[in-house]
Amino acid sequence: MIERVIDARGLRKSFGETLAVDDLSLTVGAGEVFGFLGPNGAGKTTSIKMLLALVTPDEGEGEVLGAPIGSREARARVGFLPEHCRFHDSLTARELVRFHGRLHGLRGEALETRIDRLLVRVDLLDAADRPLRGYSKGMLQRAGLAQALVNDPRLVFLDEPTSGLDPLGRLLVRDILGELRSNGVSVFLNSHLLGEVEATCDRVAFVKQGRVVHQLTLGAAPSSFEVEIRAVPLDPPVLEGLARFGTIVGRPGEDRVLLRVAGDAVLPDVSRWLVGQNVQLFELRGRRKSLEEWFVDVMGDDQRPG
Amino acid sequence: MNMPALLTIAHLTLHDARRRKILSAAAACGAVFLAVFWTVSFFVARDLEQNPPSFLQRQINLVILSLFGLYAANFLSVLLASLLPVDALSGEIDSGVMQTLASKPVRRADIVLGKWLGFGTVIVLYFLALAAGVLGATRWIAGYQQLNVWIAIPLMLLELVVMHTISIAGGTRLGTVTNGIMTIGVYGAAWIGGWVEQLGTIGGIQSARAIGVTVSLFSPADSMWRLAAYYLQPDIVRSLGNAGPFAGGSVPSALMVWWALGFTAAALAFAVYSFGRRQL
Repeated sequence: MIERVIDARGLRKSFGETLAVDDLSLTVGAGEVFGFLGPNGAGKTTSIKMLLALVTPDEGEGEVLGAPIGSREARARVGFLPEHCRFHDSLTARELVRFHGRLHGLRGEALETRIDRLLVRVDLLDAADRPLRGYSKGMLQRAGLAQALVNDPRLVFLDEPTSGLDPLGRLLVRDILGELRSNGVSVFLNSHLLGEVEATCDRVAFVKQGRVVHQLTLGAAPSSFEVEIRAVPLDPPVLEGLARFGTIVGRPGEDRVLLRVAGDAVLPDVSRWLVGQNVQLFELRGRRKSLEEWFVDVMGDDQRPG
Repeated sequence: MNMPALLTIAHLTLHDARRRKILSAAAACGAVFLAVFWTVSFFVARDLEQNPPSFLQRQINLVILSLFGLYAANFLSVLLASLLPVDALSGEIDSGVMQTLASKPVRRADIVLGKWLGFGTVIVLYFLALAAGVLGATRWIAGYQQLNVWIAIPLMLLELVVMHTISIAGGTRLGTVTNGIMTIGVYGAAWIGGWVEQLGTIGGIQSARAIGVTVSLFSPADSMWRLAAYYLQPDIVRSLGNAGPFAGGSVPSALMVWWALGFTAAALAFAVYSFGRRQL
C-alpha cells in the first residue's frame, strides 16, 4: 500500500524567460482529495502536466504512485481530465471511452461493460452514440470524466472539472468525487470554484508564482476559527486578556474585536472571562474562515486583478 | 514499441480521417477526375477506331493518355499526402486533444508511428484506387496495357510516403498553416528541381543539372515520379526527349530510391525524436 500517491520535490519549469513553476514540492496521500489553488498563471496546469509527463521539468524529481514522475507505469494507474475538454470530435462518447480504454490495454467484454457503466454514471448513455461535435461543453466535460476513469485509476487529476457544468452537473461531479474517495482513489483537483473545493477536498495547497506557499487541512485547520466580539470597554487590559485565548487579528470597530481561536470549544471560556472582568458583552459570534478568505489572505493584495 | 497501442492510435487516426472534410474533398476530386478521365479515354478510343493512325502513333497516343492519367492521380495523391496529416500532431497539440492521448501509458513514439501508419494507409488506398481507375480505363476502354506497372506504382507510393512523412515530421515543430506551407514548398522545390535538372540535361548546362540534382537530394519526392514515368514509357516515347513531367531527358539514378527510403527513415526518426521532446 502506497502512503503517498504523489511525492514531488523541487519541480521547476521555465518556458523561455517565463518561469512557470519555481519549486513545486508537495505530497498527496492515498485516498485523499487534494485541492490545488492559485490565481491564473500561478503554474497549476503546468504542475499537473509535469506530473503527467506532458511537460518535462527542468529540475526536481518525485514519484507518482510509487513510480518515477512521467513513467508509463505511473500513467497506467492515473486518470486525467484536462482543463479544456477537447477530443476527436468525430468520435462518439462510447468510441472515445473505448479508444482510451484500449490505450490502457483494455479489451473485449470487460471494456464494453465498463464503458456502459461509466456512461450511465456520467449521465451520457442516451447521447453515447452521437458524435462529440454536437455535445455541449458540459456534456464534453462528462464524456472527458468517463475517459479519465476508464482504467479504474488509483489517482485522478481533474483540471477545472466543473467549469462548464450547470448546478446539476456539478452535483454529479461532486458525487463522483465522493465515490472515488470512498473507494480509496486519490484526487488531485485544480479548480477556481472555491466552494466546490471546500465541499469536496480534504486538503488544499495554495500556489503563488509557481510555488506552494501554504497548505491547509480543511475542516480541521486549528487556526481557521474566528470569533467576533462586540463588548464595552475593549481597553488594552481587556485586549491583553483576550489574547490569552487566541490571536487578535482585527478591530472592525471601537467596540469590536476579531479573535482567531483554536475552535468553538473556547467560546464559553471567553464569555465567562469577559463577564468576570465586568465587560458588557453584547455579541459573541464564532465562524469558520471560508476558503475564499484564506485564498485572499494567502495570495495577498498583489495577486488581485488590476 | 508497444504494438497494440500503436495500432490503436493508427485505428483512431483512420477513424478520424475518414470523417474529415479534406478526405471527402479529395475523394470528390478523385471521383471527378476519374469520371473525366474515363470520358476522355472513351472518346480517344473511339477516335482511334474511327480514324486509325499508324500502330506507332496509336501506341504513343495511348502511352501519353495513360501517363497523363497516372500523373494526375499521383499529383492529387501528393496533395492529399501533404495536406491530410498536416495538422496530425500540431493541430492536436494546439487544441489540447494531445494531452489526453499522451497522458495515457503510451510512448510518444507510438503516437507518431500510429499516426504515420494511419494516415499512410489512407493515402496509399486513395492512390491505389485512383491508379486502378486510370489503368482500368486505359486497359478496358482504350485497350492499352500499361508497361512496368509493378515497378512504377511502388515508386509513386514511395513519393507519397516521402511527402506524408515530411508533413508528419513538420507537425512536431510547426503550426498547422506553417507546416502546410513548408510541405507544399518542399514538394514545389522538388518539382522545380526536376525541371531544372531536365533542362540542364537537354541543354547541356551542367550547372543547371547540378542544381536540379542537389534539390532532389534535399527533396527526393519528385524524382520518384520521374523514375516511375521513365519505366512507364516504351523506348520510342522516351526517345522523344522533351522536357516535361514525362520526359526521359534526365532519369534519376536507381540509387535515388535508396536515398528516398533513407530520407523517409530519417524524417520519421526526426519526427519521433522531436515529438518526444515537445512540451504539450
